[in-house]
Amino acid sequence: MKIAVCIKQVVTRDWPLRVAESATWVRDDDASFEMNEPDAYALEEALRLKELLGGEVVVCSAGPARVSQVIREALARGADRAIHVEGEALAAAEADAVAAALAGAMEGESFDLVLTGLQSDDQGFGQTGVVLAERLGLPHATIIMEVDVADDGGSLRVKRELESGWFQWVSMPLPALLTIQSGINQLRYATLRGIMAAKRKEILTVPAQSAETAGQRILELYVPEKSSATRFIDGSAPEAARELVRLLREEARVL
Amino acid sequence: MILVVAEQRGGALNPATWETVAAAQQTGESITVALVGADVQKLAAELAAAEVAEVLAVEHDALEPYTPDGFVAALAQVMEKACPELVLFPHTYQTRDYAPALAARLGRVFIPDCIASKVRDGQRVFVRPMFQGKFMADVLPQGPAPHFASFQIGACRADACARGAAPAPVREAAVEIDAAAIRQRPEAPFKEAKQAVDLTQAERIVAVGRGIKGQEHLPVAQDLAKALDAELAASRPICDSGWLPMDRQIGSSGQTVAPKLYLAVGISGAIQHLVGMKGARTIVAVNKDADAPIFEVADYGIVGDLFEVVPAIMAALEGEA
Ligand SMILES: Cc1cc2nc3c(=O)[nH]c(=O)nc-3n(C[C@H](O)[C@H](O)[C@H](O)COP(=O)(O)OP(=O)(O)OC[C@H]3O[C@@H](n4cnc5c(N)ncnc54)[C@H](O)[C@@H]3O)c2cc1C
Repeated sequence: MKIAVCIKQVVTRDWPLRVAESATWVRDDDASFEMNEPDAYALEEALRLKELLGGEVVVCSAGPARVSQVIREALARGADRAIHVEGEALAAAEADAVAAALAGAMEGESFDLVLTGLQSDDQGFGQTGVVLAERLGLPHATIIMEVDVADDGGSLRVKRELESGWFQWVSMPLPALLTIQSGINQLRYATLRGIMAAKRKEILTVPAQSAETAGQRILELYVPEKSSATRFIDGSAPEAARELVRLLREEARVL
Repeated sequence: MILVVAEQRGGALNPATWETVAAAQQTGESITVALVGADVQKLAAELAAAEVAEVLAVEHDALEPYTPDGFVAALAQVMEKACPELVLFPHTYQTRDYAPALAARLGRVFIPDCIASKVRDGQRVFVRPMFQGKFMADVLPQGPAPHFASFQIGACRADACARGAAPAPVREAAVEIDAAAIRQRPEAPFKEAKQAVDLTQAERIVAVGRGIKGQEHLPVAQDLAKALDAELAASRPICDSGWLPMDRQIGSSGQTVAPKLYLAVGISGAIQHLVGMKGARTIVAVNKDADAPIFEVADYGIVGDLFEVVPAIMAALEGEA
């Protein structure tokens, strides 16, 4: 089975992000970056399917030169090779533009299965996978928590997460695209051997083709206005804790 | 005209539909509501009570149960005939599943997960969270109409949806669907086997998030729960990592709770978490980041390191016992 995993590089979760001077994006030139979390689960799922069924796992990432960091990491975890669609503008691009860039580079590969994370931690559109499926002409299913490939390798049965604890099995023919939900599996980490092996793996870098995409323009990015009536309790930890316990007993009466 | 795409399953409307109609009403434009399924007349009549110009019943046997292929095919035809300027959806899992494909097929922009829309310098823009709610963005849709947008659950109140003086007309919108071209074969939705813990009955809950750093630190939260005679719960990443069982997860894909006391430690307050706990009577948040969105819903907040604050709370409880 030839599996593609689309991976996005995002700013590290704990990075103290600030709005850039342009007020339309964040200041990330000095930030540290990591693999988008749901994409890490998608990669793990691809590696497990390969272990089960054989084949190849190809990492596809669209972004500026710096995304080679997450590509290397994915190769170190066990992916076989990578396609890097390179373009500066892809760093802050909308889902449609990213999907178009990926589709252009993936079209000729005839993947049996394409996996993406269900959404990214930065822009959080939750669209790249679904739009990519549409662009590649593949059937898709989203927010997937389990993947079963039929014995004949011609179809899939997947478990979709619905709201409030509901699930649903959906079958579809291969090739297909799935967007993977965090928690579908337990992640593995790269071993030293994997990191060494990754150095010899192929990364094909292709320039992003300009594509016609729908377009959404960020006019302004800002810290949300605080509307809450939270009562912040100051002081040292012991002082704040004592005051909290007093308030919970005497004011809120919940203890 | 604004087209609102309603959502139904198993003969009931998703209540988020009313919120989206309310959001559309705030623009003051004429509204058409489309409801898609195999037999939706009854629910269409229910929708017609809202103050809208028209309800479209988009019916075809191949549209039940829901599939993304079926819905994209049906709604693409509806859009072509109705020519709306704007199409609004509730931001549900179902919308996430097909609306991006519909927008891509029609070459239109889709701004998801909005919390508001407003007019800025004479143009309609949409407000949506980015970077996990750390920032908000005013987003201007580009390209030809219709533009698509979805509204986050709870962004508008369902009871803000105005009712019409008389029911709106319900019209059938005929669509042609080739059932054989639908590639997804869905089975009936189900819930996992009965959950071992029912957090909905808990009076007090201590919920732990990724701020706890590692499984080995879980006793910090466990001990606090015990001291408060509370149930232990968690945000999704804690359950994803297997540190606590799934049935202790609070949020859109976990349990929805409304205890007397909800004490969140090391939880940022993502919307998917908030929808599961914002009904709690008293919410306390302990977080080292004063800007964490959890403080938007908290009654009491302590900004600090949970590894200092939680033991201090334990000590305070003991001291006064
Ligand atoms: C379709 C979908 C469904 C989802 N369903 C759910 C759901 O049901 N429930 C759910 O919870 N999430 C759900 N999520 C995930 C959700 O979007 C968030 O990613 C998640 O809630 C974040 O969990 P967290 O707050 O524990 O982690 P983070 O967002 O990483 O926050 C950790 C917090 O801990 C604080 N912190 C770190 N160290 C310390 C310290 N030493 N002391 C004090 N504070 C500290 C940080 O400041 C930060 O605010 C869903 C996501 C999607 C896309």
